[in-house]
Amino acid sequence: MRPSEFFAEKIITGVAFLSIAIIILIFLFVFRETLPIFSGKAVKKTEVTSVKQETSGAAATYQNENKQEVYGGSEPEVQAAKQEVYGATSNSEDTLVSGEAGVSSYKEDESGEGNRVTVKGLAGKVWMPVSDNPRYGLLPLIVGTFKITIIAILFAAPLAILAALFSAAFAPRWMREFIKPAIEILAGFPSVVIGFFALIVMATFFQHLFGYETRLNAFVGGVAMALAAIPIIFTVTEDVMTAVPSTYKEASLALGASKWQTAFFVTLPAAAPGIFAAVLLGIGRIFGETMIVLMATGNAALISMNPFDSVRTLSATIGAEMAEVVFGDTHYSVLFLIGTLLFVFTFALNATAEFYVKGRLMTRLQGKT
Amino acid sequence: MKKIQKLTGGVMMGATGLSVVIIIAVIVIMLIVIIIGGKDTLSWKFLTSFPQDGMTKGGIFPALYGTALMVIIMSVAAVPFGAITALYLTEYARESSWIAKTVQFAVRTLSMVPSIIFGLFGLGFFIKFVGGGMDKIFSGGKLIWAQPNILWASLTMALLTLPVVIVSVEESIKAVPRDLRDASLALGATKWQTIRKVVLPGARSGILTGTILAISRGAGEVAPILFTGAAYYLATLPHSLSDQFMSLGYHIYIMSTQSVNVDQTLPIQFATTLVLLLLTFTLNFVAVLIRSRLRRAH
Amino acid sequence: MKEIKIKTRDLSLYYGSKMALNSISMDIPQKQVTALIGPSGCGKSTFLRTLNRMNDLIPGVRITGEVLVDNFNIYDKNVDAVNLRKKVGMVFQKSNPFAKSIFENVAYGPKINGIHDHKKLKEIVERSLHRAAIWEEVKDRLHDSALGLSGGQQQRLCIARTLAVDPEIILMDEPASALDPISTSKIEELIFKLKENYTIIIVTHNMQQAARVSDNTGFFYIGELIEFGKTKKIFTAPDKKQTEDYITGRFG
Repeated sequence: MRPSEFFAEKIITGVAFLSIAIIILIFLFVFRETLPIFSGKAVKKTEVTSVKQETSGAAATYQNENKQEVYGGSEPEVQAAKQEVYGATSNSEDTLVSGEAGVSSYKEDESGEGNRVTVKGLAGKVWMPVSDNPRYGLLPLIVGTFKITIIAILFAAPLAILAALFSAAFAPRWMREFIKPAIEILAGFPSVVIGFFALIVMATFFQHLFGYETRLNAFVGGVAMALAAIPIIFTVTEDVMTAVPSTYKEASLALGASKWQTAFFVTLPAAAPGIFAAVLLGIGRIFGETMIVLMATGNAALISMNPFDSVRTLSATIGAEMAEVVFGDTHYSVLFLIGTLLFVFTFALNATAEFYVKGRLMTRLQGKT
Repeated sequence: MKKIQKLTGGVMMGATGLSVVIIIAVIVIMLIVIIIGGKDTLSWKFLTSFPQDGMTKGGIFPALYGTALMVIIMSVAAVPFGAITALYLTEYARESSWIAKTVQFAVRTLSMVPSIIFGLFGLGFFIKFVGGGMDKIFSGGKLIWAQPNILWASLTMALLTLPVVIVSVEESIKAVPRDLRDASLALGATKWQTIRKVVLPGARSGILTGTILAISRGAGEVAPILFTGAAYYLATLPHSLSDQFMSLGYHIYIMSTQSVNVDQTLPIQFATTLVLLLLTFTLNFVAVLIRSRLRRAH
Repeated sequence: MKEIKIKTRDLSLYYGSKMALNSISMDIPQKQVTALIGPSGCGKSTFLRTLNRMNDLIPGVRITGEVLVDNFNIYDKNVDAVNLRKKVGMVFQKSNPFAKSIFENVAYGPKINGIHDHKKLKEIVERSLHRAAIWEEVKDRLHDSALGLSGGQQQRLCIARTLAVDPEIILMDEPASALDPISTSKIEELIFKLKENYTIIIVTHNMQQAARVSDNTGFFYIGELIEFGKTKKIFTAPDKKQTEDYITGRFG
């Protein structure tokens, strides 16, 4: 009996350790593919990548209103506009993209000279990896990510927090039992569905409402993204507020305060670190979200303050361009670099959120501060 | 003073209540729009036939099939792994040991990695590294495994849904009361016997719930399979693990953003979205049902 | 003269650096009922659990001294705690039947020990339920869930479950404290019958119960064994003043 006991324990422990190994592996491999940038070995290759069994239908030019998206730079560069194809790289004369049955190859004509990407190059303002003179400026992508995040949080945070406040402090029990699952439903929407809704319905709606030019832009993407972030901000905030010991509320009410005064002046401040963490988690979700951005933001690497311009985020860039990139190429490595950045950033974000919940909130609620 | 207070109170309740209303309204609108847009195209024939005429007619059977197959492979990989890890965390690891804390930390980290990163990992590790290695060893360099296919996509998805399974199983194992374990041990059972005969039977519903939630998640996520195996149009269904596959989510994505003729494919887009939504909802609903029955039993 | 079944010699137990049991030495006679009394938190249950090594499950526990069952130290390196527990059974304060049928609950122990022959299992289950004085009440619903029984019935089921493993010693940790008076008296009757075949050690905070049911009594106070002797003597003419104070209700 004892040997099977021993083996069972060892195997179970071993399997659990794999989870640690996976995290480390993920980081290692994603980072590994970015290394060529730093060693200067990345060079534009002209090989065939994968043999895709796709037949046409995809990646053709997408003729439709407002499809002229600008690639890199700011407005004046509209002259160099290429026709943007959603989810794939551009379809300029230089490159052959999938659309041909069988081989999907990425031929870059001539000059694969000095494609070494320097750190300075990464801080450039132009993201145009697919061209004669490829540029890998991350700035437009970062700006795009921030724009979307800010717009999304501006919508999501107040709505979710107020709704959670209502549910935790004002709503009678039967209502709470209804609200929570209802918002859980929103959490169950796959992001591609939200993206679809944004692309087909919301974009048109907002365009009619505000009358701007580009149908798919940061605003539409931001609002759609807010829908994705609301459930998590709501859930965490609501949990935190109900976790505030009832003794706090009772003390306040016993002093003659009304329900809303208690909610606003006692419960909310007590739960504040947790609410902060909730918002951080929401931001983390937004940062890493890909599908909604791919479908609803127009995918143009612009730098602009106008919320009604198209944007492109870091995650969407990976999603859009990875399929068409050559293995080992500079472009390939830069995309992996973006992935590493995303990973590290969301990691830091979640660590901070956890620290806040575990540290500050718990000590506050348990009266240690 | 009282009047102002009452007014403020009213405003507060109004504002917060309004937020709830807005959110729920949006949810309802989304549902209605999708249902209206898709219900006419949705039919048994739609679900069981292949696309025709450049996706403007026909059905989505291959996408359903591909999604189902991918999800099955994913579950086979993720559920045992996740259940065992959960078992470790609850039964074998001492709460305070650094090992337990590290595993907990790893699981939590895994649960908040952006989904696209999993895709990158699938590409860099599964396709290039493992696939490349397999090709070198088994086929002397011929390109078979170092490509996107359903196996790599499923494994990638399995990593993404692993935390879901772990959390669910953990929860149900913890729900088995401590004194039942004591009773078993006091009768002269070994730890492993106790786990097998007392703890695991109690964890069955958690394993089931976790699997269903993982499937729901796996069916809906698209980012991890963008470049690890999904394709838009395949002439045949996937026969082997090294084939690519069609998937509902990917189908919606490509069709809505890259269709040659948007208006013609729009009904199909809506219908496919509706199908995916219904699928996800049903799965989540069933999982919640099982979970609440588990809670009531204790 | 009754043989001594369990001997403890200078048994001390530490939770980390905190001492919970201080040098307990006790001789527990065979096939008699020994009661352990004392105020709550004074170590009675902890002591009980050293006798079947259930304390091993708590991290950070350290034991010094000896516990001899049939003159063999159960804390010896070569002793398998798992096998020990087949010899020394335990009934808990709150009844804890498995979420299985009545039959499966009682058959659990024998199955663990490798008995799978259905006829034999039936025999054992029937015998154990008889010995636990619950057979008549459950014989027609052996395959119903054990959780459907009343509190008192569940506790007797747990006793039957323990008996099915055929132990020599039965430890009972406040077995009736969660039960109503009628169930309590049923359990006490049962204990009286069981001592014909088993050595029983019972922890109780109910002094009257100890007086009713036991042959020997040990009085614990803050981790120490203050006095140990025949029940009659402890309750009528104890040697130590502390014992007398507790018995007469001056503290506790």
